[in-house]
This record gives sequence, structure tokens and C-alpha cells, in this order.
Amino acid sequence: MAASSQKNTDNVVEITGLKYRRGEKLIFDRLNITIPRGKITAIMGPSGTGKTTLLRMMTGQVLPDRGRVIVEGRNIARLDGDELYELRKSMGFLFQNGALFTDYNVFENVAFPLREHTKLQERLIHHVVLMKLQAVGLRGAWSMMPGEMSGGMARRVALARAIAMDPKIIFYDEPFTGLDPISMGVIVRLIRVLNDSLGLTSVIVSHDVAEVSSVSDQSYLISNGKVVARGTPEELERNKSAWVRQFLEGLADGPVPFHYPSLDYATQLLGEEST
Amino acid sequence: MRLLREAYYIVLEFLEMLGACVLFLMRLIRLIPQSLLRPRLIFQQIFSVGGMSLVLIMVSGLFIGMVLGLQGYNTLNKFAATSALGTLVVLSLLRELGPVVTALLFAGRAGTALTSEIGLMRATEQIAGMEMMAVDPVRRIVVPRFLAGVISMPLLVGIFNAIGILGGFLVGVGLMKVDIGAFWSQIHSTVDLHEDFMSGVLKSFVFGIATTLIAVFEGYYAQPTAEGVSRATTRTVVNSALAVLALDYLLTAFMF
Repeated sequence: MAASSQKNTDNVVEITGLKYRRGEKLIFDRLNITIPRGKITAIMGPSGTGKTTLLRMMTGQVLPDRGRVIVEGRNIARLDGDELYELRKSMGFLFQNGALFTDYNVFENVAFPLREHTKLQERLIHHVVLMKLQAVGLRGAWSMMPGEMSGGMARRVALARAIAMDPKIIFYDEPFTGLDPISMGVIVRLIRVLNDSLGLTSVIVSHDVAEVSSVSDQSYLISNGKVVARGTPEELERNKSAWVRQFLEGLADGPVPFHYPSLDYATQLLGEEST
Repeated sequence: MRLLREAYYIVLEFLEMLGACVLFLMRLIRLIPQSLLRPRLIFQQIFSVGGMSLVLIMVSGLFIGMVLGLQGYNTLNKFAATSALGTLVVLSLLRELGPVVTALLFAGRAGTALTSEIGLMRATEQIAGMEMMAVDPVRRIVVPRFLAGVISMPLLVGIFNAIGILGGFLVGVGLMKVDIGAFWSQIHSTVDLHEDFMSGVLKSFVFGIATTLIAVFEGYYAQPTAEGVSRATTRTVVNSALAVLALDYLLTAFMF
């Protein structure tokens, strides 16, 4: 274990030969991904390609059928419950909907991990929480309830909570979905600023090409369980592959067909057994 | 043949659920010592699980006691044995009605609240969020609620019984003019602490474990959708009621 963690110090996450099947559908087919330390890595792909599942594999919420997911030099699948929780203390995870505790106010939500994992005095918790809220620009909203906030604000509170324990890695699950342009700009800026000022490693899963390209250091494009392209946003922009072009430019038809695979139209309309 | 097969699957499903429930109980029991280190969480839950059920339990207890007083008086009057009214009311309450009715009301009032609360937490990813913050949701959410239910139930049964006896007394002595001395002295001489009172306490304790376990189990494993949570809530009431009645028969057969 010590040897492998030595070897992997430059990569926070290393995924090799990942296979995962959900029911009949093969989600990942020998997928390889590395997440370098200190960088913002984006994982992009159409909806339903298993991007969120991939994120959940990096955090041990879902286990792969085959292949290895190594995080900080440790094989996630081999960790027992306590070891996994110990590893997660160094991770922050931003859920798509924020996953805030609806019965706690903003302050208590951000204070939650501190109260659970530390024995800090109340006065110190107060300071830390306000500091984290200040970082996301919501110190003034400390007493609000999650139900009273917009989606963008809720996500920023969730971000403050995710960095409450000063994690080393932070995972963003579709951080831009459903936000107005201003909130989107705020989140983009926060991801960059937090990554650089706190020395984090960030992983973003998203399909919002423009926002991701503006913030990420490197991107992976995945489709049909495989990596179809990787590189810096500029490199991807120069990529000539038909699939990459379709995804980046948002074309309705191309290597990913407009129609979901089906029987011949006429056969299905006329035949009884196929309906 | 088809009927047989369906019966087989129903039994199999029941046994599977029972097994999962017992495993979940084991997990809860393992985590209890850690939970006891944070009694505040348990006290908060005792308030919302037990305290908030109090009015319902008290009103129901009063009416059941009053009905017992009326029915008991009418029947006993035929045999000129109205002096035994107190005994009838107290024994009915202590041995059967107190624990059973309280448990059924508790399942409807607090059990459903527990199931839908935990189920909604799962549906809104709050439980997944907690896991990602390296906090065991079973320890943080489920165990305090389970303990609160187990602690609250015997107390609620005690209150239900006390108010029920008062109800029987009001109707019997106040309305039907049963002799007050006979009412209390009969109780005093016939009710046995060990056999009658303690058996009721034991029942209430067992029902508390059963109903709360079913409620938190259904909530924790609810499908994370609106329909899933509503189904889980329904199952809590149905399964709790069946469990309480079945356990009541078993305990009664075992103890008396």
C-alpha cells in the first residue's frame, strides 16, 4: 500500500480497466481515467453515460464489477466501512440538488460536519462556519432555511458545507444544471477560486460544455462506457472526431443518432407483437 | 398450483422481510452505545416521537376508560357485581387495551411520521449526503429515533392506563354511582403487581421495539420516490398493526 501511494502521488484518482454493468446495460467498458493533483478535471458526456455513477465510484458509494479505482493510493473496493469513512473525511461532494438538510438552517447545515467530526468549541465552530459562508458569499444568509433559497444559493451553501472540513478533493455532480446565468458564473468562479486558493483537486461531472471549458484544466469525454477524447479545452476544441464535434457543438444527429435504437418504423406500426 | 406458487412467494417475501428487519435490528443494537454518547439527539426525538403523541394518547385513554366503565357497569349490573367494576377496568387496561391500543395509535401517529421523514431524507439525498460526509446515517438518524420510540412506548402506555382508569372511575363512580370504596378496594385486592402490571409493561416494551423498528426500517429502505415513500408509510401502519396483534397473542399465551 505504501509503495503504491508513493507511486501515485501525482494522481489523486486512478481508474484502470473499469467495468460496470447495470442490468443488461454495460455502463463502463474497460474505462481508464486519471485525475492529477491540484487540477480541475472535467468528465463530460451525454446524459445516461454514467458520469454520476463514475463519481460515485470514486467516493465508494458504488463499487465496480471489475477494474480498480485507486483514490489517494488506496483501492476503494478493498476498504471496509470505517476506512472508507476515514477517506471520505478528506473528500467534499457537491450533490446536484445540494442535498442540504431541510430541517436545519444554513448555519447548522455548514456546521454539521464540524459538529460530527470535531470537538471544536461552539465559538470556534461559529467562526469557521462564517468563514466558509463568506467564501461562497452567503455569510448574510446564515439564518435562512434551505426551502427559502434559490437553487443557486442552495448549491453555494452545499459548497460551503463540502469545504467545511477542508477536504483535499472535491467532487461536483452537475454543478451548473438548472442555474440562471449569474448563478452559473458565480459557481464557475467559486470552483476555480476554491481549487487554487485551498490547494484542492477538483473533479466536475457535467454536460455544460461552455462552463466546463471555461474552468477545467483537462477534460475527459466519455460515451458508451469508454473515453472517446481527453485533453485541455483547447485540445478538445481542435479535435476533429465526428463524435467530439457533435457533442461540443450540440448537433441533434450524428454518431449519436437522433432516434433511440428501435425496430423499423413501419414494422412497429403494423405489427402487433412488437408494440 | 398457481395458488400454491403465489402462497409460496408471499411466505418467501415475508421471511425475507423478517430477516432483513432482524439484521437491521442487529445493526441498530450495535450502534446504540455510540448513540448514547449524544443523549441530546435522543431527547429531541423523545419529544417529537413521544411528546407529540401525548394528546392523542391521553384523549384516547380517557374515552376507552369511560367506555369500559359504561359497558362494564351494564354487564356487571346484571349479576349485581358492580363493585367489581374497578377490577374490570384496571385489568382490561393493564393487561390488554393499554399496550395494544397505545401501540396501534403510536404506529399511526409516530410510526408514519418516522417512516415518511426518513424516507424523504433518502429521496432528497440527505442520507447519501450524510454518508459522503463520513457520518453513518444509521447511527445519526435511525438509532436516536429507534431508542426514542422504545423509551416512549412504555411511558405512553403508563399514561394511557392512568387516564383510562380515571375515565372508568369518572363514569363508574361519578355517573353510575358505584361505591367509591368498593371501586378502589377491589382494585387493591385483585390486581397483582407482578402478573398484571409487569406483564403490561413487558408488552409495551416489546410493542415499542416492534412498531419503531418497522417504522425506521420501512423509512430507511423506502424507494426514493413520492410513491415509494407513500407505500412505505402505508406498510408501516399495516405491518405494525399486524405485528402488534400477533405479538400480543403470543405474549398473552406465553405469560398467562
